[in-house]
Amino acid sequence: MKLMSREDLYIYREQLLAQRDPDSKTIWVCGGTGCRANGSLKVLAALRAEVQAQGLAGRVKLELKTSGCHGYCERGPIVIIAPRNVFYQRVRPEDAAAIIEETVFRDRLVRHLLYHDPATKTAIPNVAGIPFYRRQVRIALRNNGRIDPESCADYIAAGGYAGLARALFELTPAGVIEEIKRSGLRGRGGGGFPTGRKWEICRMAAGQVRYVIANGDEGDPGAFMDRSIMEGDPHSVIEGLAIGAYAVGATQGFIYVRAEYPLAVKHLERALEEARALGLLGENILASGFSFDLKISRGGGAFVCGESTALMASLEGRPGEPRAKYIHTTEKGLYNQPTVLNNVETWANVPEIIKRGWEWYTSLGTEQSRGTKVFSLVGKVKNTGLVEVPMGTTLREIIYDIGGGIKGGRQVKAVQTGGPSGGCIPAELLHLPVDFEQLAAAGSMMGSGGLIVMDERNCMVDLARYFLQFLADESCGKCLPCREGIPQLLRLLTDLALGRGQRGDLELVESLACGLQETALCALGKTAANPVLSTLRYFRAEYEEHLNGFCRAGVCRGLIDYYIDPVL
Amino acid sequence: MLPKEPGEKEVQELCAGHPQHPGELLALLLEIQEIYHYLPPTAMKEVARYLAVPESQVYAVATFYKALTLKPQGKKIIRICQGTACHLRGSSEVLETIKEVLGIAPGETTTDGCFTLETVNCLGACALAPVVMIGDETHGQMTPERIRKLLQEVST
Repeated sequence: MKLMSREDLYIYREQLLAQRDPDSKTIWVCGGTGCRANGSLKVLAALRAEVQAQGLAGRVKLELKTSGCHGYCERGPIVIIAPRNVFYQRVRPEDAAAIIEETVFRDRLVRHLLYHDPATKTAIPNVAGIPFYRRQVRIALRNNGRIDPESCADYIAAGGYAGLARALFELTPAGVIEEIKRSGLRGRGGGGFPTGRKWEICRMAAGQVRYVIANGDEGDPGAFMDRSIMEGDPHSVIEGLAIGAYAVGATQGFIYVRAEYPLAVKHLERALEEARALGLLGENILASGFSFDLKISRGGGAFVCGESTALMASLEGRPGEPRAKYIHTTEKGLYNQPTVLNNVETWANVPEIIKRGWEWYTSLGTEQSRGTKVFSLVGKVKNTGLVEVPMGTTLREIIYDIGGGIKGGRQVKAVQTGGPSGGCIPAELLHLPVDFEQLAAAGSMMGSGGLIVMDERNCMVDLARYFLQFLADESCGKCLPCREGIPQLLRLLTDLALGRGQRGDLELVESLACGLQETALCALGKTAANPVLSTLRYFRAEYEEHLNGFCRAGVCRGLIDYYIDPVL
Repeated sequence: MLPKEPGEKEVQELCAGHPQHPGELLALLLEIQEIYHYLPPTAMKEVARYLAVPESQVYAVATFYKALTLKPQGKKIIRICQGTACHLRGSSEVLETIKEVLGIAPGETTTDGCFTLETVNCLGACALAPVVMIGDETHGQMTPERIRKLLQEVST
């Protein structure tokens, strides 16, 4: 069936909603990578077998479905039973019988599977009551965990493709750009460049063809929101790209996905097929006269390909080496044509902004940073997972109210944001509201949204060294400052960690780091020194201790002496 | 175990599934890597011919990306995540255990050709750190004890 007009889409959605039986129950098993690693597919198989064995026999109407990532990976495998949205966590295959017997047949709760509030020790019966979710506002993650990512019908029933329809039939391309500009949406991949302005520059640039690209080469270690969106709600990215293509005048787009994300590729491929079959992608979309198609390209496992010019080189079949950006990719990008490249999370926001209007979007966030941001909250925090909060939420709220504080009752020492390009924010600054400007002022950056929480048992010198090691491995080698500068920095920090540091080393580190910032070719090199500089700024004492042969966290093994206490 | 050497025809068939466009280079090489667990020189030559790109470009791409190798890989690839979250939660101890059990360092393959050990920078399952992937399966919250048990299971 091809949808041939906006009305067709509307009618199709009404039909889908009308088909829904209000008495029917749905068991949602999380099929995100995190829950799969915890055995969620075995739980699904056990539930299926249980349904077969017990037989529904007309007692209840039941559907068994897999969803994308719920975000609360720490508690996986997660099973949710709609319509009451009963939330079961850490479900094992052995629990299947109880879930069918009690919750599905008798509407009773299986208590040991419920989440218990750590403060009050009371069981929380449904999703809405759980502190991890209560403080979140989900836009980019709006459908994650609520729809079957392999079903376009589910996406449409949830309001999907209404944004594209509005763009095509109510707005001119310039009108779409105006909406995005007014919404204040900024790039979620790290830089925070205003999305609408990027689109406008591309639209105005001279070129025969134009391209749109979704950057799904999520390389920052510690960040996995793009993965969850591509896996859990692939149509939101596709719809965003189609809207962007209409706005800038592109007919071809690409989604560049990391080599390490096979499930994302699978779900995107499936989504493309379904969208084409429904006439939401391809020739003459919804008979509007606008044509657009997409291709998925897999990455080859190179961190630097997250950089826009490197990514485009990779798409063209070359090694992913960046080039100097005297001319921006919006003017000469892929195959030297005007190109808009946005991050996956940015694209996922677009349909919702166009559907609901820019005024709605500006009601969220801060003056300079509108809307919400997804963070992957990981490290030493109790509740690890994906959280989406309005910009301007403080680090303290994210770590304590949502994250539940630190494991083992320890203290936060620092929060690392922005991955290898970012920096560390000390515990004294947890009151900082998180937005692009505030994080930059504190010497870190938003980056792709990794929030890695550290406690007193983590060593800051070791962390800086870790990132340098990472970047030394990933430097493409094209420009000298990055190729030679990072290994030199790494050598100096390794010496510190092994107790071989010398007086004057810290000053040398600082001057090298500043040189790197000023002279490297691309963002990878320019920001490579951030983890070192920010830890030096806030934790200089710790560096000096290392010079004197002491690691207070007990991490740097070269500085630890073991001896046997003869008294014991 | 000797790796499979593809015949000329096999590679030609693989190529035929892609348009003759240089932009297909990485995709084609990834496909060959998946099937043969490395990039045989004959296959790389055929790809260069098919896409009408210089052999040097194929070699440049083949040696740039981590997912591509010129050395034959083991039947199962063990990928240990070295991402920040994994690092902070003790992935180095897990790595040491794997090295000890299998007797190989990252980048090496066991003599029976069963396992290749690789370190990766992030598998994107940070909430379950430390993470190890064996073949296509992801295993989270690893400890030296758990990885020891897991390796025993997959070896038998």
